[in-house]
Amino acid sequence: MQTTTVFLVLAALCFASFWAGRQRSRLVAAAEGGIRSLHSLPKHYGYMAALWAGLPAAALFLAWLALEGRVIEAQVVAQAPAEIQLQSREEIGLYYNQVVGYATGQADANMLSPEQVSAASTYQQAIARSRTMKLFLVSLVAIAGALLAIRRIRPDLRARNHVEGIFQGVLFACSFIAVLTTLGIVLSVLFEAIRFFREIPLTDFLFGLQWSPQMAIRIDQVAASGSFGFLPLLVGTLLISTVAMLIAVPVGLLSAIYLSEYASRRFRAVSKPVLEILAGVPTVVYGFFAALTVAPFIRQLGESIGLNVASESALAAGIVMGIMIIPFVLSLSDDIINAVPDTLREASLGLGATNSETVIRVLLPAALPGIVGGVLLAASRAIGETMIVVMAAGLSAKLTVNPLEAVTTITVQIVTLLVGDQEFDSPKTLAAFALGLVLFFVTLLLNVLALYVVRRYREQYE
Amino acid sequence: MSKQNPSRETELVRASLKKRYAREQRFQWYGRIAVMLGFVFLFILLADIVTKGSPAFTQQYLKIPVDLSHDALDLGELPNEQELRRGDYSGAIKSSLRDMFPEVKNRSQKKQLYRLVSIGGEYQLRDAVLANPSLFGGPVDVWLLAHSEAASYLKGQISRDTPEIERRVKDLQMDWLDRLQQEGRTESRFNFLFFTSGDSREPELAGIRAALVGSFYTLMVTFLVAFPIGVLAAVYLEEFAPRNRLTDLIEININNLAAVPSIVFGLLGLAVFINFFELPRSAPLVGGIVLSLMTLPTIIITSRAAIGAVSPSIREASMGIGASKLQTVFHHVLPVAMPGILTGSIIGMAQALGESAPLLMIGMVAFIMDVPGGVTDPSTVLPVQIFLWADSPERGFTEKTSAAIMVLMGFLILMNALAIYLRKRFELK
Repeated sequence: MQTTTVFLVLAALCFASFWAGRQRSRLVAAAEGGIRSLHSLPKHYGYMAALWAGLPAAALFLAWLALEGRVIEAQVVAQAPAEIQLQSREEIGLYYNQVVGYATGQADANMLSPEQVSAASTYQQAIARSRTMKLFLVSLVAIAGALLAIRRIRPDLRARNHVEGIFQGVLFACSFIAVLTTLGIVLSVLFEAIRFFREIPLTDFLFGLQWSPQMAIRIDQVAASGSFGFLPLLVGTLLISTVAMLIAVPVGLLSAIYLSEYASRRFRAVSKPVLEILAGVPTVVYGFFAALTVAPFIRQLGESIGLNVASESALAAGIVMGIMIIPFVLSLSDDIINAVPDTLREASLGLGATNSETVIRVLLPAALPGIVGGVLLAASRAIGETMIVVMAAGLSAKLTVNPLEAVTTITVQIVTLLVGDQEFDSPKTLAAFALGLVLFFVTLLLNVLALYVVRRYREQYE
Repeated sequence: MSKQNPSRETELVRASLKKRYAREQRFQWYGRIAVMLGFVFLFILLADIVTKGSPAFTQQYLKIPVDLSHDALDLGELPNEQELRRGDYSGAIKSSLRDMFPEVKNRSQKKQLYRLVSIGGEYQLRDAVLANPSLFGGPVDVWLLAHSEAASYLKGQISRDTPEIERRVKDLQMDWLDRLQQEGRTESRFNFLFFTSGDSREPELAGIRAALVGSFYTLMVTFLVAFPIGVLAAVYLEEFAPRNRLTDLIEININNLAAVPSIVFGLLGLAVFINFFELPRSAPLVGGIVLSLMTLPTIIITSRAAIGAVSPSIREASMGIGASKLQTVFHHVLPVAMPGILTGSIIGMAQALGESAPLLMIGMVAFIMDVPGGVTDPSTVLPVQIFLWADSPERGFTEKTSAAIMVLMGFLILMNALAIYLRKRFELK
């Protein structure tokens, strides 16, 4: 592959410049009384040369890779007949894909128009030109950088400080990736969501009671404008999350209390890791368990007492999601209960309260803000959880709070809208990004709130 | 008042004691029950997977006397290897089955009869003949892979008591299978195919090799991207970062990213890497990058803890003999912190191995039969393969799904055990 070739050439050039830089520093030093006259070790001069050779060239290479496809597409499309250029973006994309398919030998000539066949040769030329240019320019930049650095080598050049300065820049860049990721998430969902809201009014989305995106593909259909109401999804998400929290919070909290206040050290040392296995089980496994074991079981149970339970009931998905979150609630509340100062505990016990009275009247009220924070974090987990609901919850949006019926959630809809064939500009796929935006901000809000509460709580006792 | 009548107060307390102790006992039991519930859930989950999945590790074979004469294979008398490859093996198997059960007459019964043997049987037979051309010509007893439905009857998963309409294996098929079994013509073997083949529409031919290799490539990309970036970011934040707004911003972002739903990372991957940078869809390259962004916070947070735990005396000693800050960190602090960093990274990798939601977004849900050969080939990963199989209506896939889950959990346990081992060694120091 050509990318590998360029990469190998670049690596070889870096290595060569390292060696040249090191040699050069020794030569320069020899003229002024040996290696002692150098400010830094010879290898630092080598590193400096290698960095000067590698970094700009690598940046150029990455930028080239990112832009190559676009530039070539523009070139090929610019040569296409005028009537094609007037068509919509998808049509042009299709035209171009056919050209590329033919040029790479995946499609037959008889499917293409003559213009496309000639465009294919343009494409091949452009690719070939781009490849040679890439290799040439990247090598040129690398060699120029190395020469520039090597020319600067003098005994009094502070090469080590120079290298360390560059390296600190790299360190900073690495940690800045976290900010870039957040920015990338916000921008990518925001842009697509804005395009979505240009077609579907925001109020329809926020307050509509109907969600049926499949129907809106054809414009002539009646429901075309009113089918992106997000409320049923919100209610469905909250319903399943509520069931999950009703399982996870009592079990997790009581386990945490038992393990920290009552259990023997040995029991605690064994049972905490065992319960934490639940957190390590992949969500797809929970989804399988919910869909094939829990849901049929609940359905049968309901039928035996005369209840009509949907086969994809919110209850099944919620219970399994609750099981998944138990260790999460457990370890958060465990941390928080342990952070309550022992003086409070001892004061209460000293006044003659029993253990349980101490826990209920003293520990829990003191730990309440922290526990609330933990519960908020757990709720954000439940709302964002995907695989369990994709596999065990329903697809059709129903506005109901009955946990025995099938409901759908935000994450399920994102997955169903985006998996499979997709045209990227239809409201259907854009809706997924609007839902992603909502999901991101709801979970962000919960997380920020939770972190704030927990931090305030910690400060209180520090 | 208490001074005047102390005994009455004590009496009151005494009288309430029984109730209070009972409440205390009850409360303890609530706690015990909660812990036990957690255990029970875990046990049911694991037991369910193991009981559903373990049958998938064996496979049923039927011994069929196949006529491999040139007539039956529709070939010339002395075929060369090329022609031998084109022989009508499916026809040979069918006619042999008809010969074994001459009572089968009408078309629907014949169809049922052919369904005893897997569709893969003809390729299996062809490969056997190609490997050993001396088989050609005569009738040979061959062990052929059973169809998944026939196999599930042989494994005892289908009982005759269910009404015939409700089961895939009909009464006639059961009679034939019973006869084969009595004649010693059935055999159960370890399912090697499960580990050596890719996905398939037929449950008995489907395997996890393609998904395993896909997972391997994806994790490799994840590790190569997330580990260096995560460790370097942790070094910066722990050792170099000035206390200012920008650093605060970075820290807030890392903490928030740790709690962003994984599916949102999938949206990012779709919008940025696939639509903007036009990287290939369904490829481990993009999947790995997305997962590495997702695991970065885990690696950064644990690495920071490990670096922060290195005793200051090591730093001071290094600085004292004239090393620069960077030399101190990379020559002395990082090596000491490495076990802790590795522990965190392995846990992050385990998370990435089990993750599937963001990969659905970037198209790693394709039906992949071929083992991917590189990071840009279309591929799938083990959790997504589990998701796909769990969605399949065929019964035979349920046990495959559970078996794939067992393999996945095996890898996760291995990785976590490694992490625990490293942590233990680290603590001993």
